[in-house]
Amino acid sequence: MKFIDEYRNPAIVKGLLKHIADVAQRLENPVTIMEICGSHTYAIGRFGIRKLLPDNIRLISGPGCPVCVTSTRDVDIALHLASLPNVIFATFGDMLRVPGTGGDSLQKKRAEGADVRVVSSADECIGIALSHSAKEIIMMGIGFETTAPTIAAVVSTCREKDIRNFSVFSVHKIVPPAIHALLADPLLKIDGFLCPGHVSTMIGADAYRMMPEAGRAAAITGFEPVDILEGVWMLLQQIESNKMDVAIQYSRGVRPEGNTRAMTLLHSVFETADAQWRGLGTIPASGLTLRDEFAAFDTMKKFSAPDIQTGDIPGCGCGDILRGIKLPHDCPLFRKVCTPINPIGPCMVSSEGTCSTYYKYY
Amino acid sequence: MCIGFPGKIISIDQDNYAIIDISGTRREVCLDIIDEEATIGDYVITHAGYAIHKIDPATAREKLQCLQEIIENEIY
Ligand code: SF4
Repeated sequence: MKFIDEYRNPAIVKGLLKHIADVAQRLENPVTIMEICGSHTYAIGRFGIRKLLPDNIRLISGPGCPVCVTSTRDVDIALHLASLPNVIFATFGDMLRVPGTGGDSLQKKRAEGADVRVVSSADECIGIALSHSAKEIIMMGIGFETTAPTIAAVVSTCREKDIRNFSVFSVHKIVPPAIHALLADPLLKIDGFLCPGHVSTMIGADAYRMMPEAGRAAAITGFEPVDILEGVWMLLQQIESNKMDVAIQYSRGVRPEGNTRAMTLLHSVFETADAQWRGLGTIPASGLTLRDEFAAFDTMKKFSAPDIQTGDIPGCGCGDILRGIKLPHDCPLFRKVCTPINPIGPCMVSSEGTCSTYYKYY
Repeated sequence: MCIGFPGKIISIDQDNYAIIDISGTRREVCLDIIDEEATIGDYVITHAGYAIHKIDPATAREKLQCLQEIIENEIY
């Protein structure tokens, strides 16, 4: 497998572990590193990386799973939209089982007769819209800067082709404002960040300047064991020398300037707006909403917003877990009541969710 | 939903869709938002049905060589 197996090479993994152990031995204080990306959470669990690191290096997971950070209110709105008559509600599969207030989910709505369709690419909506011209197709736009350009591409194609029965319910979020919120959280003591590989493919390295400016180490990191360990090693070197920077470990996937073509498209269709994150609350300018020129494709403008009473899921600690201040084992429901088969909170639903990863690998 | 993989372009159609091979599995991906023009034989990173980055094999090779040297010579 080109560009995969080479980055699982046991000799390089061993060598990197030795270098990490050497730096760790010289460090005066224990180090806490946060991975912000859900795919990192998953990869770190899958490859058993936490257990391989020295005791004074702690890896914690952050708010990097888009399904997990979606607020209960947005889930409730999705459930409302999916139940409307004459609507085909399209979503990425991870969203299907996320519970809203009262435990309903898109999967349950589908069982009750709602037309909920799982797509693996947003552009599948174009075909659905063309073949169901009498129906309204709503795509749940979820994900960070990696996914939002794909939705923007579909919106702009629909405008070009004059496809009018398609709209986006956008709960997209962008990463840098969430990092500002994490840096400002007094409960959170993080020394360095493993920055998300594929979000960075889009936004580039400069977007993380606030990390070194706040005295934190940063390394944009890929998803294979060699990548993650080299990322950790790069962070430890910055911390040891007290020379903070934004290093690019994942150079095969990230240019310093990012993917300007995709970002231009994203900004031509979307503008930033305040957004509610599970666990982090409302963060200014951290969400994406459709620009006025694309109002015809904005679900929230096409359909009246429902008056919904939302509430937290009783007993679920996802909010604190997404901020990195609690671990799944701290949640009394973990493993006992809440399991991947019967998830109570979103962090147990998605394979990138911290609770689901801990359930499988710890 | 965010797992991205590198794949090799096998063919490209007139609508700018490519068939890529990810270690034996074939997938169709759209090339509308990739950062650089990609052709048959190129490796691209894909995400949610779209190619988002063309991998420069030279950059990837250098990185591995560099790591190999660090490991073998214990330079740091
Ligand atoms: S174990 Fe379940 S209930 Fe507890 S925080 Fe995780 S998702 Fe929520």
